[in-house]
Amino acid sequence: MTGLARLAISDLDVSFGSRQVVSIADLRLDRAEILGLAGESGSGKSMTTLAVLGLAHTVGATVSGSITLDGQELTGLPQESLRDFRGRRIAAIFQSPSTAFNPVYRVGSIVTKALRLHGATKSEASDRAAEAMRQVLLPPDLMRRYPSQLSGGQLQRVAIALAVALRAEVLLADEPTSALDVTVQAEVLDLLRDLRASIGMSILFISHDLAVVAELCDRVAVMREGLILEQGPASQVLSAPAHPYTAELLQSVPKLASTT
Amino acid sequence: MPVFVARRIALAIVVVLGVIVVTFVVVHVVPGDPAATWAGPHASASQIARARKYLGLDRPLVVQLVSYLGGIASGNWGISIHTHRSVLSDLMTVAPASLELVITALVLAMVAGIPIGLFSARRPGRPADQLIRAGSIVGISMPIFWMALILQLVFSQRLKLLPAAGEFSPGLLFTHPLVKRTGFPVIDSLLGGNLPMLGSTLTHLILPAIVVAAYPAGLIARMVRAQVLEVIGDTHILNARALGFGERQIFGRFAMKLAWTPVAAAIALVFGYSLVNTFLVESIFDWPGLGSYAAASIATLDTPAILGVTLFVAVAYVGANLVVDVVQAAIDPRIRLR
Amino acid sequence: MIGAPTITPPDAAMPRGKALRRGLAANPLLTVGGALVLLIVFVAIVAPLIVPFPGDAGTATHPFEVLKAPSAAHWFGTDNVGRDIFSRVLFGARVSPVIAIIVLVIACLVGIPLGVAAGFLGGRVDELIMRVTDVFLAFPPLLLALALAAVLPASLTSVTIAIAAVWWPWYVRLIRGQAASVAGRPYVEACRALGVSRMRIIFRHILPNSITPVLVQVSLDVGGVILTASALSFLGLGAQDPVPDWGLMVSSGQSYFTPDWWMVTFPGLAILLTAFAFNLLGDGLRDLLDPKRSFLP
Repeated sequence: MTGLARLAISDLDVSFGSRQVVSIADLRLDRAEILGLAGESGSGKSMTTLAVLGLAHTVGATVSGSITLDGQELTGLPQESLRDFRGRRIAAIFQSPSTAFNPVYRVGSIVTKALRLHGATKSEASDRAAEAMRQVLLPPDLMRRYPSQLSGGQLQRVAIALAVALRAEVLLADEPTSALDVTVQAEVLDLLRDLRASIGMSILFISHDLAVVAELCDRVAVMREGLILEQGPASQVLSAPAHPYTAELLQSVPKLASTT
Repeated sequence: MPVFVARRIALAIVVVLGVIVVTFVVVHVVPGDPAATWAGPHASASQIARARKYLGLDRPLVVQLVSYLGGIASGNWGISIHTHRSVLSDLMTVAPASLELVITALVLAMVAGIPIGLFSARRPGRPADQLIRAGSIVGISMPIFWMALILQLVFSQRLKLLPAAGEFSPGLLFTHPLVKRTGFPVIDSLLGGNLPMLGSTLTHLILPAIVVAAYPAGLIARMVRAQVLEVIGDTHILNARALGFGERQIFGRFAMKLAWTPVAAAIALVFGYSLVNTFLVESIFDWPGLGSYAAASIATLDTPAILGVTLFVAVAYVGANLVVDVVQAAIDPRIRLR
Repeated sequence: MIGAPTITPPDAAMPRGKALRRGLAANPLLTVGGALVLLIVFVAIVAPLIVPFPGDAGTATHPFEVLKAPSAAHWFGTDNVGRDIFSRVLFGARVSPVIAIIVLVIACLVGIPLGVAAGFLGGRVDELIMRVTDVFLAFPPLLLALALAAVLPASLTSVTIAIAAVWWPWYVRLIRGQAASVAGRPYVEACRALGVSRMRIIFRHILPNSITPVLVQVSLDVGGVILTASALSFLGLGAQDPVPDWGLMVSSGQSYFTPDWWMVTFPGLAILLTAFAFNLLGDGLRDLLDPKRSFLP
């Protein structure tokens, strides 16, 4: 893809003291594209998410390098400026939907609070929230429920609805379907594909499950111990892996191994 | 929710019954003769015997207990052996002063403790946090009666900043008489537009309230800190940050709302403790509340009065816990959905 | 899950001494608290040997030394009968902590068996024990102790009994929780199915698991008992003259307080310091031993 990437990461270093956990030379995410970031647990995928959000310091890590959104440099920006980006332009969803929502708040309350934080008026917020719920195929009155009253799949969809309502350009999805059953998983994946098509959302899909990555993603990057081993179109990387590690990963996924 | 409340009330009633029984038994373990006290130091043996009959002290203990229970239900808490008045009316007269003190102290404790706890939680392990932790522990280790004496010495006697004793300056009763409506001097002077009296009651309230607030403030700061630190690593907090909320909101709103459940329980706990703690400071500050009444009852071995005071405070404590249980359930859906 | 790398726990291979020092270094509360407590215990033990006027802790009076301000001869001044306050305060360290220990031992002796019975046997026994415990827990501790101490003859013994009588319920509740959770575990059910005697299960599984929370609770409670005991003595319900009880000393000093502040100040400071030391120790122990604690203030 030529032209300005939506999200471009180059020479990104994330470290805990002297221990380096992420070292990405180059990673790009384009408009209306789903990029899979595949690798085992501990390979640094989640830390990358934190770094992009500018939240690596909350776990004690330091970040250096360049992360740009539509050409604008994010690293080095003060926290107050970064807060404008969070949610509003770069959204994130996490692995365990049942813990992603504060149990003492109704889920709709979190959505409207986030919207109002980023400038919506009270009525705008409730309208956009309801609309986003419909877009993720949930009845808007589920917003009055507490997290304990919704299923994992429903909660994950509310999380996606948050990103939709805020009109985020980039969605960082960190293992969003790992905690869900297969059928619910399929519905969430459909939803993500739909978002790419309808509003051109760029999605960074992080997962250790290569089968899901193969099914969903346009391009794939394989990560191991903080380094990107290879990246390219999904069909290419997954059928003709350039790196032996990728081949190893593929071997361990029965379905894929049998289709090559 | 209504079912929850009903169940809690039922439980509270059972507990109160138990409380009455236990208190009654404890107080009647008395060596010494309440009838003799009632009849007075120069009573003859036959007068004492008549007194015993009159007071119902010649009946078996169980019968006394049952009649006492019946009495409580109908508002008869016995007659004070010392004052010869109804214990309940005595209590109603002295309770407002103590309640005023305790409530003021709790408000102070929350106003100080919660922000301090949050402040501490935002920088765990750093010098400010260590200092605050140490300070909180000082708060809960403080002998109340000693603190009262020291503060009184420093602020009243030496610095002459605050009044030493009493609920208000007695002289004001002549120039700006206080009309008793609720029995709470602060509220009554407010209602009556009696500004000089209001000022006086407030300045008199400061020292005792600070003393009583020490333990709750320390406890609340500790609880807030611990609870906030416990949830701050959870995914929903990360989520809130990822949505762009600032640290102030993260701690003060999202983490704090979760902390309220245990903190509210702690507040009920310290309400009970503080009500009893006032017993210790009332004599020092000449505060005409439950404590002074209790001290007089103890000195004269006035069993009905001792019984009445103990019961009153215990029931107030059960009531506070009940209120907190209900409030907790209102804030935290996980409790009522259990 | 995202998170910082965990601090390496001291592994079993590390020598005990080093592991202990690591634990202490990471835990300033425990270190300071422990040191202070050791100091207080030391003072309590050697008081008769180190104080300048050992007789003053007893019935000695010195009419010509009455109410002297702190000086080189009398570091804390003298009281209303001329006794050296420094000596009396140091001797006081033999009074309050001892009461606390006796009270807590009684609380454990009563509370632990009841808690084990309730948690392990369950059913009606549990119901009964817990209802009675709940009633006692419905009282703020000082209140019931006060009522009891008020009707008993004023002495240290009465105070000890009064406080012990109200303190045991907390331990019933604590142990019951432990016992119930252990009793519910699969391996215990397996033991029962195999016919292992209940006593054996209690002694081999429940009690060892309970030691840590009990230890933490006891160290946290010492401060509370000391404060309660000194409060009761302050009210005149406990120790009587000439026992060098700190609460009593504060109370005696009250009427002389305005010009002669030292009678009240130093004993009270001793109470504060002792309660503070034990609370620090308790906190530190809890941080160290109880990784997942339910917060009991």
